[in-house]
Amino acid sequence: MQTQLKNIKVEAEKEIELAKTPKDIEDIRVKYLGKKGALTAILKQMGSLSNDDRPIIGQMANEIRDYISGKIDAGMKKIKKAKLDEQLSSEKIDVTLPGVCKPLGHKHPLNIVLDEVKEIFVGMGFDIVDGPEIETDYYNFEALNMLKHHPARDTQDTFYIDENTLLRTQTSCVQIRTMESSEPPIRMISPGRVYRSDAVDATHSPVFHQVEGLVVDRGITFSDLKGTLETFFQALYGQGCVIRLRPHHFPYTEPSAEVDVQCFSCGGHGCRLCKNEGWIEILGCGMVHPVVLKNCGIDPKIYSGFAFGVGLERIAMRRYNINDMRLFYENDVRFLNQF
Amino acid sequence: MNLSMKWLKDFVDIDVSPTEFAEKMTMSGSKVEKYTVEGESLNRIVVGKVLTIEPHPNADKLVVCKVDVGAEEPVQIVTGAKNLAVNDIVPVALDGSTLADGTKIKKSKLRGVESCGMMCSLIELGLSVNDFPHAVEDGIFVLDEQNYSLGQDIREVIGIDDVTVEFEITPNRADCLSVIGLAREVAATFDKNLRLHMPEVKICNNDSDNADLSVTVAEKSLCPFYSARVVRNVKIAPSPRFIRERLRAVGVRSINNIVDITNYVMLEYGQPMHAFDLRRIDDGQITVRKATKGEVIVTLDGVERELSENNLVIADTQKPIALAGVMGGEFSSVSGDTTEILLEAAIFDPIAVRKASKEQNLRTDSSFRFEKGLDKNNCIPALNRACELIELLDAGEVCSQTFVVDNTDSQVTKIPFDPDFINRFLNINLSSDEMISILSKVECKVVNDEVIVPSFRPDLKIKNDIAEEIARFYGYNNIASTPLRGSHYGKYTDRQRFDQKINATMGALGASEITTYSFVSPREYDKILLPDDHLLRKSIVISNPLGEDTSLMRTTAVVSMLGVLSSNYSHKNETAQLFEIAREYIPIENSDLPAENHKLIAGFYGLNVDFLQVKGICENLLDNLFIRDYDFVACSDVTYFHPGRCAKVCCNNTILGYVAEVHPAVLENYGIGTRAYIIELNVDKLFASANFDITYKLIPKFASVNRDLALICDKSTPVGELKKTIEKSAGSLLENVAIFDVYEGEQIPKGKKSVAVNISLQSESSTLTEEQINSAIKKIIKALEAQSITLRS
Repeated sequence: MQTQLKNIKVEAEKEIELAKTPKDIEDIRVKYLGKKGALTAILKQMGSLSNDDRPIIGQMANEIRDYISGKIDAGMKKIKKAKLDEQLSSEKIDVTLPGVCKPLGHKHPLNIVLDEVKEIFVGMGFDIVDGPEIETDYYNFEALNMLKHHPARDTQDTFYIDENTLLRTQTSCVQIRTMESSEPPIRMISPGRVYRSDAVDATHSPVFHQVEGLVVDRGITFSDLKGTLETFFQALYGQGCVIRLRPHHFPYTEPSAEVDVQCFSCGGHGCRLCKNEGWIEILGCGMVHPVVLKNCGIDPKIYSGFAFGVGLERIAMRRYNINDMRLFYENDVRFLNQF
Repeated sequence: MNLSMKWLKDFVDIDVSPTEFAEKMTMSGSKVEKYTVEGESLNRIVVGKVLTIEPHPNADKLVVCKVDVGAEEPVQIVTGAKNLAVNDIVPVALDGSTLADGTKIKKSKLRGVESCGMMCSLIELGLSVNDFPHAVEDGIFVLDEQNYSLGQDIREVIGIDDVTVEFEITPNRADCLSVIGLAREVAATFDKNLRLHMPEVKICNNDSDNADLSVTVAEKSLCPFYSARVVRNVKIAPSPRFIRERLRAVGVRSINNIVDITNYVMLEYGQPMHAFDLRRIDDGQITVRKATKGEVIVTLDGVERELSENNLVIADTQKPIALAGVMGGEFSSVSGDTTEILLEAAIFDPIAVRKASKEQNLRTDSSFRFEKGLDKNNCIPALNRACELIELLDAGEVCSQTFVVDNTDSQVTKIPFDPDFINRFLNINLSSDEMISILSKVECKVVNDEVIVPSFRPDLKIKNDIAEEIARFYGYNNIASTPLRGSHYGKYTDRQRFDQKINATMGALGASEITTYSFVSPREYDKILLPDDHLLRKSIVISNPLGEDTSLMRTTAVVSMLGVLSSNYSHKNETAQLFEIAREYIPIENSDLPAENHKLIAGFYGLNVDFLQVKGICENLLDNLFIRDYDFVACSDVTYFHPGRCAKVCCNNTILGYVAEVHPAVLENYGIGTRAYIIELNVDKLFASANFDITYKLIPKFASVNRDLALICDKSTPVGELKKTIEKSAGSLLENVAIFDVYEGEQIPKGKKSVAVNISLQSESSTLTEEQINSAIKKIIKALEAQSITLRS
């Protein structure tokens, strides 16, 4: 019996060595270790052994079973690995071949910038309010303290539909509508298209976009205006962004200011980009004129506020180094695909 | 407004670099656009004296001169000029010098004779005969100066060394459209004293016999103040150098002494002046009145203008002699033989002047000032200053009488002085004394807690205005910055997020966003084949458009998209997949304002683009917007779409829009040489149809069962209807119906088509039994058969 066992061990080992496929291995397992296998057959005869031999043979048979079982597992592993290796090496592809792309659409550069501006203001607690582009003279001018024949109207060459209706020249009209219809505190921006009768050239367009902001509350100060604009520009242009306010005049704000951003290109020393001024004019703002508040039914004795307006095209042109405003409205795919 | 620094120094001692001047003035509220240093480009041009003039040995038309330029040796210069004599004092451009236009002058040989420089003409120095009336235009500029030394820089000698500063003056500060007004700002900004000059008129002509002259103001409200003075024995001559120099520096052409004086005083005082030739005033009667309809005046610019009843004129008994505040008449203007003049300084209504100036399309330095509102207290000083200058120049004899018609009420503006408000409003901390000191710089006195506003500052009306005066001299940038207080959250509205989702989805589906003008040409409507009476032709019309091409507010944004597709096609861009959420402006009867509808317009042409692709994009979008139960219905009544390739997108009895191929005739009109497709959806309706209430449904525990059916139907049966029949008949187990093949041809009877459908069934409560499946399929087949759709055998 011992010889039989030894033979089984040798034969099984040999067969495992020769096995090529997982099925070969499986067959070997069945042949030796299966219910009808050679080793099992021997174990079944254990009962016929003497009491002295039984533990010796038993131990030996168990050892051989474990040994073969171990060999089978190792053999299986080896074969699987060889097979995997073969598969992997045969499946090699040229990963430098071009990928198969689906066409993706591109956002318009003006809207990329607009979305960023909106996000900054939403983060600062502002609502975004929309309004009509075709407006009455009242909302576009008169409510903003620019009565008919006010010389300041000259700075906003206007497209008229009739005497009383026009294409809005700024989005402040949306602010007037908002103030009329809601109570302070108000924090809003009104982005949108505005119209001026400027002939088309590289820096002028009869249609362009503005973002105007308004805050009305108790105790709003000039300081708050400065702080808000500083935060906005730092969010837009980075922590290092420096702005300055210059006194200016708008009929709808008092005091009024224009805001310059220190030239990013030269850091204020003067270069071609900033026309040697070191500063780039970017925004108009001021404390809301009491007459405007009154026009909207807000008591200027209780409330104060500030307002500002910034041109979107100017920001986008600087950001992307676009030198011609017409590109925004021509919509050539070779332009659009760059964003 | 241009300011001469030399002129400014008459009123304030200021000695800073132009850069510092510009910077500080800008920061105190007078924005400097730029400054120019006169004669900046001139280099190495000196005063010389012609010593000898000899003929040129090799050229008849040239001469050889020796010119003393203050150096040890005279320089030799060859010239072709004819107007030169020995001892003439001339500008000499030395070897290595630069002329006004940037030309460099170098030593050279002219016909074999060495020439070590050039004698200059006026033009070469950047000047004209207006600046030096004694000189000639086309020869060498021979100086008539007395004070010079040979070799001295020409700029110092002839006075082209001024610095001109260009200010952007805001419409509320008419006072700053003058040297004195700016000097006041300069003095306040640099903390200097303002040195005002009180004009003195000596009155040479005591003949007060002006009885033949009268001034009547018929329109008191339009002309609240009128003053005038007569000058006799006028001698018209060129102005002296200091006037010419200053006018040149600020860009005003010198004409003659009288005209120059009126301009000079306007620039210095900000008060427009006019000089009438007294001979031309019929009957010596001046009337300020409205023009009568059809009345005509030829203005100084030689243009004959028909006046309206709105125009205010200065008239004599016969005719208008000036368009008040805008421009004088040519007939009554000062000319070379004028001997008696009437000098006028008046105040005209800003709106009237503005209207007249617009109506006549005539903007002048005068109208520019009047329409901003001027100070009547400035008229008499200006008039006196003009008279003083006339006497100084010996240009005439000023008469003693000043005609004055004053209909103004001399109310002084007083504003409560409220330092607490100002400190709070600006978030600064100044004592009231500090504020009073700032205000005194701009001549605002504080008396009894009130700010007394000087008459030249009509822009100061309320407390905020005073706060601004304090702020700009305190320094805007010295005010602290504070963040907004209080809790206020910002949020996109549902609609704004909906629009964002459309944009994102369209981008993911491969379309790029465009931005188009809102106005279009009326011809666009022809190009999209709209019948003459079509509703979409009823547009809002711009009354003053840039041109006809941009005169209508579009009623359909499809034309904008077609324009963009067309320009891309013409630029040979192979493929274009574009979209825009665009406004359309639809007039509403009996309403001031039109409706502004928001349309999603997508346009496609190029590689891999066909109707079903584009329809797929539309379906993807609708699905992603949570619009359910939408339906596509064949549609052939949109003029600009292909009648056989257009689907109406419907949802619960609402037409959301269209998916279509563009009509071939429209493509031709837009010069698009390939098929193009449009998705047109009304965003307002999409938003109304979207359902954002999403409730999670259990993921089914039991697997679904799929059955494929091959069906035969009439070729003309829309697959959509076939699908609907299945959906309606299948019962509650139906999960999905998918059409995966449509086939016509061999093995299919003529006039028929084969449609392959995959039906997927599922139950939430159990695995489906064969019985359940068969019963559902049977119901489907029965319903199909009722529509003459049969199983393919």
